[in-house]
Amino acid sequence: MPININHIRTVKIEQEIKESPTVKTFMFKDPIAFRSKPGQFLMVWIPRVEELPMSIMFSSKQEYSAISIRKHGIGSTKLFDKKIGDILGIRGPYGNSFTVSKKLQKNVLLVGGGTGLVPLIRLADFLKRNNIKYTLIIGAKTKEEILFYNLAKQLVTNTQCKVIVTTEDGSFGIQGRVTDGILDIIKKENFDMIYTCGPELMMKNIFMISLENSIPIQASLERYMKCGIGICASCCINDKIVCKDGTIFDQKQLSKMSEFGKVFRDKSGRKSRY
Amino acid sequence: MRDTSTFYYQQKNSTGSDILSIDFAGINLRNPLLLASGFLGISQEIFNRLYRSGIGGIVSKSISIDPMEGYKGPTIISTNEKSYLNAIGLSNPGAEAFSEEISNNLTPLIVSLVGSSEKDFPTLIKKFDSLNILGYEINLSCPHVAKMGMEVGDDPNLVTKIIRTVKNITKKPVIIKVGVGSTDVVQLAKTIQDSGADAITAINSIRAMAINIETGMPILSNKIGGLSGASIKPVGIRCVYEITKKVDIPVIGCGGIFSWEDVIEYIQAGACAVEIGSVIGNKGINIFQQITRGLLKYLNKKGYKNIMEVHKLAHKY
Repeated sequence: MPININHIRTVKIEQEIKESPTVKTFMFKDPIAFRSKPGQFLMVWIPRVEELPMSIMFSSKQEYSAISIRKHGIGSTKLFDKKIGDILGIRGPYGNSFTVSKKLQKNVLLVGGGTGLVPLIRLADFLKRNNIKYTLIIGAKTKEEILFYNLAKQLVTNTQCKVIVTTEDGSFGIQGRVTDGILDIIKKENFDMIYTCGPELMMKNIFMISLENSIPIQASLERYMKCGIGICASCCINDKIVCKDGTIFDQKQLSKMSEFGKVFRDKSGRKSRY
Repeated sequence: MRDTSTFYYQQKNSTGSDILSIDFAGINLRNPLLLASGFLGISQEIFNRLYRSGIGGIVSKSISIDPMEGYKGPTIISTNEKSYLNAIGLSNPGAEAFSEEISNNLTPLIVSLVGSSEKDFPTLIKKFDSLNILGYEINLSCPHVAKMGMEVGDDPNLVTKIIRTVKNITKKPVIIKVGVGSTDVVQLAKTIQDSGADAITAINSIRAMAINIETGMPILSNKIGGLSGASIKPVGIRCVYEITKKVDIPVIGCGGIFSWEDVIEYIQAGACAVEIGSVIGNKGINIFQQITRGLLKYLNKKGYKNIMEVHKLAHKY
């Protein structure tokens, strides 16, 4: 009988990596998530605490998968505090994935802010294996908040691909927000796609830049999520259900979303403004 | 919006009357498929999308006076391929925000309401009565929230008080959603009819539980939830059949509908319309169009002019 991905599977944390003072990566054996597509997510059960949607992180080990957690609220802090040997539940993978066409994509730009880099690292690995040239921009507030820099550098070794870091305080790489240096980079290269994930206002800015420069874009959106399977609509943005129709939307879809970068719904479903 | 849908016209049969159109308790729908309360039910733009995708009508999430955040996750889990266990905790944006959300509604929308006593309902009805909605469904059967839902439905005096209060202040149809609680559902249905309600929806999800055997822990954060989907369909069929044997007001069938065959079965059991939800988790929003196509094919093959010709067929035997 095929495995029902909607059933919670328990996994044991086998390895942890401290990425920054507030971000950790946990690795666990799960062949299903290992085979997921870049941009897909898992619903992660922190037993008797909470269940959170988490983008699937890159794992170099066969049959293994990973998640990266920023401690933020009660649930994510409890997850962050888990140790090697602890049990988590997962279901999924859910959602669509970044679309990559070998014919159309010859040189692409990846722009990530904070833990938004998680799906982009998996995408970078996918692009590398398919010999597609990319430039990855890693945005962070400070040097110590930079995520996955060593891993990203490792992935671009012996390739034409590049990693660029921006920090808001200028303590590493280019000083400024991730969107500040992007125009110079776009003018120098001939990108045929932008992939982005991160804070929504950052993505909205990159979306505007993509329109002005006539470069197609795919953005992975985040909304408060409950079911992960498209039945509760807690995660809706306009008439789209983020967990099922997304989480990745293209330029045409984003252009029609009046709520993109403006409105989100809280846990009760009430609309709030960014 | 209702008349510009090309899909609407595609359903007309040769005589010009709608083969799937139904009429009950003063509510006219282009087909008997309603979105069950609790699913996808908070956004006007999603309602519009559902209507474009071929649904007959929509029942909103249950709305309370104040916004409710609901329980922590997990709130929905799958118990088998076609069944789900949920304890969402009646999360909803509250009457104020939701009435604003649907202020320009053009879809056939029924607003589901939830309250802990009859005193909540005048405030709720006041928020919605002037809007373009078909009527109300009162949730007296949520199986996992204390003092709201099933605990109300299990108290016949409170049920009567709520129905009389609501009927006194609105002219719109009032539907009562019942579940399988400690009060016999047929007895409850009689009470509902005698108290003046216009229709009944049967059934809500059934109180149930799941445990993760690796840890021994209840999976839902609320431990107990409501079971929906294919597992409960035979219970729903039985309730609709028994209720419609004893009660004359229309009954909307609900519970585990995954296909056009299930819709026919509910209508043969005595339902005048159906509510559909869990299947969306398996097949997505476009399932409504698929079910409609199946129904039309079946009805045409059998030579029926309207779907209600199979209504209560099982009662003959």
